[in-house]
Parts: sequence; C-alpha cells; structure tokens
Amino acid sequence: MTTLTDPPKEQFRLSMLLYDTRYRSATIQVIALIGFMLLAAWLISNTMQNLEALGKPVEFGFFAEPASYDINQRLIEYTSRDTHLRAAFVGLLNTLVVAFLGCVTATILGVIIGVARLSHNWIVARIMTVYVEMFRNVPVLLWIVFIMAILIETLPAPRAFRGETPEASMMLGDSVAMTNRGVYIPEPLFSNSLGDVHLFGASSLRFDVSLDLMAILLVLGIGIWVSNWIKHRADRIQEQTGDRPVTWWQRTAVIVVPMAILLYLLGFHLGYPELKGFNFKGGTHLRNSLIALWLALSLYTAAFIAEIVRAGILAISKGQTEAAAALGLRPRKIMRLVILPQALRVIIPPLISNYLNLTKNSSLAIAVGYMDITGTLGGITMNQTGRELECVLLLMLVYLSISLIISAIMNWYNESVKLKER
Amino acid sequence: MSDIGFVRTEMLPEQDPPASEVGIIGWMRHNLFDGWFNSALTLLSIYFVYKVLAALVPWILSPTWDAGSLAECREVLGALGREGHYAGACWGVINERWIQLIFGFYPAELYWRPIAAFVLLGVALAPVLFSDKVPSKLLIFTILYPFIFPWLLWGGTIWGPISVVLGFVVGWLVYSAVDKAVSNLALVYSAVDKAVSNLVGIIAGAVAALIWWLILSGYFVGAMDSIAAIGIEPVESRKFGGFMLSITIGVVAIACSLPLGIVLALGRQSDLMIVKYLSVGFIEFIRGVPLITLLFVASTLLNIFMPPGTDFDIILRVLIMVTLFASAYMAEVIRGGLAALPRGQYEGADSLGLNYWQSQRLIIMPQALKISIPGIVSTFIGVFKDTTLVSIIGLLDPLGLSNAIRADANWNGIVWELYGFIALLFFVFCFSMSRYSMYLERKLHTGHR
Repeated sequence: MTTLTDPPKEQFRLSMLLYDTRYRSATIQVIALIGFMLLAAWLISNTMQNLEALGKPVEFGFFAEPASYDINQRLIEYTSRDTHLRAAFVGLLNTLVVAFLGCVTATILGVIIGVARLSHNWIVARIMTVYVEMFRNVPVLLWIVFIMAILIETLPAPRAFRGETPEASMMLGDSVAMTNRGVYIPEPLFSNSLGDVHLFGASSLRFDVSLDLMAILLVLGIGIWVSNWIKHRADRIQEQTGDRPVTWWQRTAVIVVPMAILLYLLGFHLGYPELKGFNFKGGTHLRNSLIALWLALSLYTAAFIAEIVRAGILAISKGQTEAAAALGLRPRKIMRLVILPQALRVIIPPLISNYLNLTKNSSLAIAVGYMDITGTLGGITMNQTGRELECVLLLMLVYLSISLIISAIMNWYNESVKLKER
Repeated sequence: MSDIGFVRTEMLPEQDPPASEVGIIGWMRHNLFDGWFNSALTLLSIYFVYKVLAALVPWILSPTWDAGSLAECREVLGALGREGHYAGACWGVINERWIQLIFGFYPAELYWRPIAAFVLLGVALAPVLFSDKVPSKLLIFTILYPFIFPWLLWGGTIWGPISVVLGFVVGWLVYSAVDKAVSNLALVYSAVDKAVSNLVGIIAGAVAALIWWLILSGYFVGAMDSIAAIGIEPVESRKFGGFMLSITIGVVAIACSLPLGIVLALGRQSDLMIVKYLSVGFIEFIRGVPLITLLFVASTLLNIFMPPGTDFDIILRVLIMVTLFASAYMAEVIRGGLAALPRGQYEGADSLGLNYWQSQRLIIMPQALKISIPGIVSTFIGVFKDTTLVSIIGLLDPLGLSNAIRADANWNGIVWELYGFIALLFFVFCFSMSRYSMYLERKLHTGHR
C-alpha cells in the first residue's frame, strides 16, 4: 500500500540563484544592472573630477548670454545681440527646414527614379541605374561639398547681371536670379496684411506667426475637407445607385475659388528680386549653403528611396495585376487601388529610416557653413563658450527628440496603411 | 460528303520572323521606340547622355599629367588652343599628390607596412568570405591578425602585441587548470558539479588575464625589450591620413562592432527585462543621433569621461566612438538575422537539451550570421562612407587632405579633379563591396534561408 505524500518542500539555497532558472534570470539582471550603474557612476565621477579641475562646473547659464555672432540664413528675426539660446533656436528651425525640404524632394525624386528604373525603355533604365549607383557609393559629405563647389564656381556673380548687355540674365520672366551668392526667388507679399501674432513676448523663443499664412492654411484646410465630403457623397451615391456623379470640377472649385478670393482680399502679390548696387535686393534669398545641402541630401537620399520603391513594386506579384485586370479595372485604377496600397506597406518602414537618415545627415551642414543646430549650438556657441559637455549633450538630445518624433509620426502613418490582419 | 478542296501533304519550309521583330531592329522597337511616349523619352535620354559626355570627355582628355602647378596646366591647354575656365582638367595635381591622398603623411619609406597590413587583411578575411575555396586552416591566421594589424600600422616593439596574445594564453591556461582542479574536488564533495568548476575556471582565467595585462605585461615588455629589442619604427597617429585612415577606421570599427553587435542583438531579443531595456536604450540612442555628434564626443568629451590625467590618441578616440556607432547598426542587422530564423530552430535546439549559450553557438548564430552577411557588408559600406566625417573634426582623411592640397599655392583653385578622384576611389571600393554582397546573397540563397 502506498501513501501519497507531497514532495519534500525545497528549501531556498544560495546556489539556486545560479542553477534554478526561476532565480537565475533575476541574478543575471541584478548583476547587469549593478554593472551598468557602476559604469555610469564611474563615468560621472570622472567627469565631475575633470570638470572641477578645469573649473567648468555643469551649468546652463551661458544660454542667456549674448551670442554675438551672425546667422545669415534664418527663418525668424535674429541679431548678434540675441542670446545663445535664440541662436540655437534659429539653428533648430534651420535644421527642420532643410530636413523637411530634403524629405519632400527626395521622396518625389526617389519615386520617379525608382519607377523609371523599372521602365521597359532600355536607355532610361540604364541612366537611372547609373544615377543610383553613382549616388549610393560616394559619401554624402563629398556630394555636399561637391555641389557647393558647383554652385560657387559655375554660377555668375551678381555683377554679371549689370550693364546694357549683361553676361547673365534672370530666369522665368526676370523673377529668379541664380548667382554664386545664392538664389533669389520672388517673395509673397500682402498689401492688406492681417499682421503678425507675436508669441512668447520678448523671450529667446519668441517668434512671429503670420496671420495671412494662418488664414491661407485655414481656407485650404476647409477646402480640402469640403472636397473630401463631396467625394464621400459621391461614393455613397455610387453605392446606392451604381452611377457616380461627375465631381472633379466641384472638388477643384471648392479649393480654388475661396483661395483666389482670399488672396485677392489680402492683396497678394510677389516681390521680385532686383539688382541694386552690387547685389540683389528684395525677394527671398536662399544661400548657396542651403541649396547645396538641400540638393545633395535630396539627390543622395533619392537614390536610396528609388531602390526601396523599386523593391516595393517588385514585391507585388504579377498575379495581383492580372487579377485586377480580370475584374475589369483599368490600368490607372489597378495602380491606384491594387498595386500602390500593397506596395506602400513594403515601402514605408524603410522609407521612415531614410527620412531619419536624411535628418541626421543634415548635421553635415557644418561642412558648407549652413547654420543649422550643429553649426550654432555644436559649432560657434560651443567654441565661444567652451561648454563642450552641455552643448554636445543638448545637441544629442535635440537630434534624439527629432528622430523619435519623426519615427512616431511615420509609425502612426504606417499603422494606418498596414495590412489589417486578424 | 462534300469534297475538301485542298489538303497540304508536305511541310512548308520554316520562314524567318519578320525583320522588324528580331535582331537589333526588333530589339530597338521593343525596348526603345515602343509607342510615342517611349520614343520621346529615348530621344530625350540620348540627347542628355550626349550633352553630358560632350561636356565631360574633352575635359577629362587633357594632356596635363606632368604639369607642376595650375598655371602650368593652363599653359599646356593654352598651347593647344583650349582657353577658358573649363578647357580641360589639370591632372598634374593627381599625379603629384595621389600617393598623399592614399597614405596621408605616413613616412614614405614605410609605405610597405600599410600595404602589407591590407594585403594580409585580405588573407585573413579569405577563409571567412570565400569559405568554400580557401583551406580552413587559414583561420588561425585570421585569429592572430587583429594583433598583427595595429603593430604593422603603428609600429613599435613586437613584444607589445605578443604580450597581449600571451594574456589570452595565460587566461586559457589558468582556466583549464582551475577547471580541472575543481572538477577533481567534485569527486570528493558531491555538492560541486561541472557547471561550478566551469564558472570558477572562467572567473579565475579572466582575473589572471587582467592581472597579466594590467600589471605584469609592462614588466614583460620592458624585460624582453632589453634582452632582444625586436621592433619596427613607430609611427605617430597624426601622420595617418588619406584612404589608409578611412580604411583603418572602417575595418577596425566593423571588426570590433561585430562581437558588440551580437551581444546587443542577443540582449535586445532576451527575456531578461533589464538587459533588454539597457540594450534597446543603447541601440536607439546611438541610432537617433548623427555620427557627427559622436565625433564631437570623441574630439572634446571622451577625455573628460576618463579618469583624470588620461590622454589618449585622437584616432583611438575616433575608433572607439565609430565602433560604438557601428555596433548599434550591426545589432539591428543581426537582430534581423535572428528574427528571420524559423521558430523551429530555437525549439529544436531547446528540445535537444542544449542550454542558452550552447544553442546560440551551435544552432542559432551560425545560421543567423549567415543570413546577415549582406546586411553586415552594407553596414560596412555605410561606415566606410561615413569615415569622411572625421575631416570635420580635423583628421586628414581624403576630404581633409583635399582642403590641405588646395591651400598649396601651386594648386590653389583646383576643385573638380580632387573631388572627382576621391569620389572615384570611394565608388570603386563601395561598388565592388556591394557587388560582393549581391554575390553572397545569391550564393547563400540555397534551400531554406
């Protein structure tokens, strides 16, 4: 006869921390954490001792001191009497501007090139292959300085535009001047301007928001919303009756007409650049450094995006196109309704990382003297104040935040186009 | 039954396809002039290519190879009746300076050392890259190579690298001795088993190696030097430059980042929460900031992070930061390889009773690394291209050297020739590596991935 007994209760022994898988993971983690904290403590204590010896305790007071250097390309007003914080803010906006412009241009170029590389036209496909390999295999920094050199060396000086028979002339009906000091384009002006809103008073982060711009964006937004509403209505009618009302002119009109009225009311006109003395006045001045950086980053990243787009389109099997054609869809609708939504799913995740790369590469602006956040905070401010630790750490923090924000936005977009699985 | 008018009884001879469908004409009709849109595109492309070539070819074909200065180049071209700013390239600068663009200011009589280092690098990599064509005994050389490489480049006494190798030998000897001794104890005390002896052995070995490196090796090198001073002439870091510097940074960063990347990738995949978050934090931090900020850390902050009084070489500091940078990207590549393995491989390893490290070493890593080789190569291409950034913190990589060359009065005003030459060299390197990675992808794409 047998009696059932509980197995003897195991007593906790110290060796179980090592052998028992239940406890071992905890042991390893505690050791890892202690090791990490020891390392961090060691680094911090070294830093403290070194900074003490140098007489530079960590503090951020220098941000309130006047920067006393000039920034030539800027979105918001800034003088050399403004603070270092303001200079960093101007630099941050410059980084965002070039990153945004670069992402937009690189996407457009990349999509065109990627599709063209798949073309049946032999010579077009070859040219695009050469383009992609040429840009992918040469460092982006080299492209930036190379394009900067092209702009400076080949474009005419402003004085070439002078005289009775000038050597150079302005383009697009005397509205755009491309000189070796930069490109002058017309600027939008409003004769009945609504004025600006000044935000943040007189602090270093103050900036002006143009009410004209806000009004335009508002009207545009409402126009797009109404246009979408018309589309949804057309969808509903199509579902109920099978006939789709013709809506393209309504949808265009609700965007264009209010915009035209608003621009007329605001007294919209363009301010053209004009040659006065030795230089151009008026218009918007895009410096060579901005153009070189923008062009180089777009062309370089476009080569990568082209490969992504190509891979995305190739990833959709031929059967999808054939099945859609068998359902009676026309080629354009096949592209829009069947191929693109599926290709986008493949394309978007690597596209995100290319946008991030472009934004991080924009820090190479320092090589051509474009004053982005690296040029201001990590460049002149750091050299002037000698606060390397504070400046570099803040610089990293800024880039880290930009990267995280971009990837958050793009991941959110990715979620919305992703295949909805069970 | 009505009569059938005609039934052919003999075969007709085969006819050639129409002339417009085959041969060069047919190919052109299908690939170049297929509809009006394609025809227009073709003509436009041909015009574009013609324009580019018409501008570039005469410029490149310029007999200025022996010119000693920009003015001399202009004279040569002027004598040929070619005037103007873009009459022709001035190749004299490349002829005079190409060796500097490749070796920087490395002493000319010692050029054989970097050349030998990179040739031996090829030998060391061969058993890894072309495993099917090269005898695997060469792997011993691959293991020793990391000690030969810095010695060849930086020079100095041979006892330095030997002493580093000896550290590993000492560690191994102590490990096996302790392992054995503790195992013998296990026969007496049953509480001690295999794993304990192993662990004690590893700890003892590591401690012995550390003691050797930190304390004893200095005396060893000094003593051996006084007995037999075998060595080669040392070269300072600031004489490094040109492509030699780029390749050195690229190779060292990739080689060191591979083990780091594996550890980080495993950490990121791990079930241990703290280890996982530490790895994720490190990887995402490094990937979120531009390399240039890390180079700022190398040039200004790294000495501040070290114990007071430490002052180490700028190239070493750059190497450390670029290695950290590359290891984060490497970790993501390897994580991709780990994720691509079917789950059954992990479960199979578990069901064989292998522990974590055994299954990683014998089952998972060989497959995961094989899958990730193309990714590793492209990371290497990326890091190699990014080495140009060191010119911003004042190192003389090809781009930094090009500025130095243009500051020379003879060559003031030269732009395209230098940039073109540097771009060409980078292109040759990167393009051939990307072709190699494509070849690997094809080769590895057999059976299951």
